[in-house]
Amino acid sequence: MSYSGWETVIGLEVHVQLATKTKIFSGASTAFGAEPNTQACAIDLAMPGTLPVLNKQAVHYAVMFGLAINAEIGKESAFERKNYFYPDSPKGYQTTQLEKPIVGRGNVEIKLADGSTKNVRIHHAHLEEDAGKSLHEGDFRHGVSGIDLNRAGTPLIEIVSEPDMSNAEEAIAFAKRLHSIVTSIGICDGEMSQGSMRFDVNVSVRPTGTTELGTRTETKNLNSYKFMEEAIAKEVERQIDLIEDGGTVKQETRLYNGDTKVARSMRSKEEANDYRYFPCPDLLPVIVSDETIEELRRNLPELPDARQARFIEQYGLSDYDAAVIGNDAPMAAYFEIAAEKSNNAKLTANWTMGELAARLNSQDLSISKSPVSAEQLGGLVARIADNSISGKMAKEVFEGMWAGEGSADEIIEARGLKQVSDSGALEKMVVEVLTANQAMVDDYINTDEAKRKKKLGGFMGKIMQASKGQANPQQVNQILAQKLNELL
Amino acid sequence: MSIERQEIEKLATLSRIAISEDTIIEVSQRLSSVLELVDQLQAANTDGVEAMSHPMKATQRLREDEVSEINQREAFQAIAPDTEEGLFLVPKVIE
Amino acid sequence: MHNLTIAELVTGLQSKEFSSVELTQHFLARIAKLDANYNAVITVTADQALKAAAAADERLAAGNAPALCGVPILHKDIFCTNGVRTSCGSKMLDNFIPPYNATVVENFEQAGAVVLGKTNMDEFAMGSSNETSFYGPVKNPWASDSVPGGSSGGSAAAVAARLAPGATATDTGGSIRQPAALCGITGLKPTYGRVSRWGMIAFASSLDQGGPMARTAEDCAILLNCMASYDDKDSTCIDREVPDYSATLGDSIKGLKIGVPREYFSEGLDPETEKAVRTALAEYEALGAELVEISLPNTGLSVPAYYVIAPAEASTNLTRFDGVRYGYRCEDPKDLNDLYTRTRAEGFGDEVKHRILIGTYCLSAGYYDAYYGKAQQVRQLIQQDFEKAFEQVDVIMGPTTPSPAFKFGSKGDDPVAMYLEDIYTVATNLAGLPGMSVPCGMVDQKPVGLQIIGNYFDEARMLNIAHQYQQATDWHALAPEGIATPSERIA
Repeated sequence: MSYSGWETVIGLEVHVQLATKTKIFSGASTAFGAEPNTQACAIDLAMPGTLPVLNKQAVHYAVMFGLAINAEIGKESAFERKNYFYPDSPKGYQTTQLEKPIVGRGNVEIKLADGSTKNVRIHHAHLEEDAGKSLHEGDFRHGVSGIDLNRAGTPLIEIVSEPDMSNAEEAIAFAKRLHSIVTSIGICDGEMSQGSMRFDVNVSVRPTGTTELGTRTETKNLNSYKFMEEAIAKEVERQIDLIEDGGTVKQETRLYNGDTKVARSMRSKEEANDYRYFPCPDLLPVIVSDETIEELRRNLPELPDARQARFIEQYGLSDYDAAVIGNDAPMAAYFEIAAEKSNNAKLTANWTMGELAARLNSQDLSISKSPVSAEQLGGLVARIADNSISGKMAKEVFEGMWAGEGSADEIIEARGLKQVSDSGALEKMVVEVLTANQAMVDDYINTDEAKRKKKLGGFMGKIMQASKGQANPQQVNQILAQKLNELL
Repeated sequence: MSIERQEIEKLATLSRIAISEDTIIEVSQRLSSVLELVDQLQAANTDGVEAMSHPMKATQRLREDEVSEINQREAFQAIAPDTEEGLFLVPKVIE
Repeated sequence: MHNLTIAELVTGLQSKEFSSVELTQHFLARIAKLDANYNAVITVTADQALKAAAAADERLAAGNAPALCGVPILHKDIFCTNGVRTSCGSKMLDNFIPPYNATVVENFEQAGAVVLGKTNMDEFAMGSSNETSFYGPVKNPWASDSVPGGSSGGSAAAVAARLAPGATATDTGGSIRQPAALCGITGLKPTYGRVSRWGMIAFASSLDQGGPMARTAEDCAILLNCMASYDDKDSTCIDREVPDYSATLGDSIKGLKIGVPREYFSEGLDPETEKAVRTALAEYEALGAELVEISLPNTGLSVPAYYVIAPAEASTNLTRFDGVRYGYRCEDPKDLNDLYTRTRAEGFGDEVKHRILIGTYCLSAGYYDAYYGKAQQVRQLIQQDFEKAFEQVDVIMGPTTPSPAFKFGSKGDDPVAMYLEDIYTVATNLAGLPGMSVPCGMVDQKPVGLQIIGNYFDEARMLNIAHQYQQATDWHALAPEGIATPSERIA
């Protein structure tokens, strides 16, 4: 939706959970899905006398991100305390970075639907700790909230963009690009449903053609592209309506509920929170040496653009396929395993982007949770490619694999789906059908040459029926045409 | 430099400490007295002087990313004021 | 037995003159009988102590036991002790039983020392008189109408009254040195980062250090040998070898250059106290040291800077006390805000609340640069003063406090009068340098202390210097009236 006379200015703050084994300041596990408070040690619980010690891997992952976006690396960075009271923040402050972040200015290029590209500047990215979770209902008495601090202390990098985006499409393209980068270099598992990436959207509007920024609002904690799109649209509309009615936009923090589609101002942030940032005295300056940076640069996993190019060259994928699969790190990894197994990259790509993706989407599953493993899909594609089964049979096999019945070969065997490709057997089948359907044969012979082709379908249908669908259709087609020719 | 009532109320809110009406004046006096003391800092010439946040010239040690903590929920929650089903309970949190 | 020093107890235990169980029973009995006079001990851990003593005796019998094996000590109630209440002198932690040990506590446990209990202290270590404790004030064993000093008033009084031969304590702005001076004992604050802060409840993180209190420098050396260690759980702990502090106590101090800051002998210093300190300095000259007048020009800014930085850091170290996961919780909180504001209003005492407010103010938007930012710059200036001084001299000496122990309530309603007690001690914390106090005289029948400030990690030399002084004088051997056995000299 566009409003004439107005332009939108959008900046994103993206929280990326780093895929370390332990918390940023303690040795407690960060594994997802544990029972409440079983992964919250004394440090995470802010018990008296406890002190933070910095996770090396978190530092390295942050630097890797900086390298991936060609950013300045903060060789000396520092931690600060951001003070506020909230039950999911046990120390009463969040340890974060402000004046001296670990990653400085960088750039992210995004590709838009019309094929154009745009550069989004990154202001900086900094390390910080995640908060715990507040549950407002659960297996506990009514009227209270339950606090689970398992997540407290999980390392995050917060990536702050400049307000370089002008519509939801660009914001989403940027968000997806970041997702692609962080999953490609392996610093984040990208599981949006698990909160591995969360987006805060800063939105402001201004009259078209002006340069001064309007007052912006921040909508926090969006964890899907769809919700981001909806939230942006709603907020832009709200701001424009407000201004056109003579009001002014108040700087505030807002929440958007994707289920109820309701956006609102956050109560607790009404009093402008004075966070009283100051350098954390329990943590010393963080130094990243040139050697470390070079080593991380040398070992930096393949970036999306490089992978995309490689897929075109190595697998002969089309630009489109390479773009889709290449930019989705988990899908790319899956694809490569499957393609190796199947030895047919193109067909594997089709199945990955097509049948598999559709099925995963319909059940809201990420590819890492696919019931069909990459090996299994590869096995299936191999059997299609070597003509063991027809395309139609393949779909049935896929269903079987999805249901957990085993590998393609196992299912083909168990269900007896092996395509009949033995020309002798096929020939016999064709002759049997022709013999049994003399009327159809006569009709075929008596039809004009030009119109004969249409009649083939009828024979095919009967042959496939007779073979219970297991006849290799291409071969049958050949044999049928040959036999009919002989009769002419 | 004295510290006014409004300021005290703001500080009380930021630090989540209820200050009762009958003590506000006393608190204000005490804080004003301390502020007078610390205002002496303003006389110092600190041009070009770097702020010191750590007395020792040392840098942050980095810890290997290996799990070293076991689940001690029972021990920790044995001393907690209010827990249920492994969760710490607080009055309802409204965002 | 209670008149023996730790060094003598170690010898006695090793030579089986007495057992750890006997020693422990003796001190537990003294505490039970006498502590009502001082209120120095908050929690007595009699059962655990006797068990530990028995185990120590076995270790001693087996031979090759560490120096402190079987020696009874007290821990300031700021060090977390596994399974034993750790209150930090506050109602907020009156019911707090930590399931972990502070590293300092762990070190003593490994060494086989016997913990008699936890000592009283100013609430959350904020104070210079031990008048702010939730458990009531501590009385100075030398004068029951006077304060013992703070915040480690309980440890100091307990050692002075011979309720234990030694105790652990902490020092953020003088909290070991000042009570040591006012109670006539020896106390040392190590270099920042020498002793692990893990499990030591934080007041001001960049200033806090744990250290020993005992009657002699020799004893402090033995205790420091145990307390100092590199701990990778404390990021601010420095990884540096711990020397044997006892090994060099006997070194000659001839040629030692002692810096005497003129700013430490200005108005505000009680004349009698000054006399006692100057006498001590003369004694050092007699021992072969050379006195050099030096200047620490930014001394006057140290109290203002400290009273910005310490409360600021404290204000955020104490935000975790919110009634959610441990500690005090107000009754029937009606909503989240009520839980926080009432828990903290009821759980914290007045001094703590005031410091939190001041600290919050100094970090607030609009005030940060003028207060916190400025104070951190002044801190740099103060450190530079010391660095310059140490180019000329080996150690710095002066009075520990401006006067002997003052009467309860005499500092009145003005907090600043109390804060100025710290005038000679806070600069050391700001710079992160080690400092100690040794008894050097009596004024109005109350002890006064000589402060020794060393260069970074120079604790061994400081203890050596103090020990040499204590070989030549006997201020440290004095005991408050009624404490000593007849053979001891009473002041």
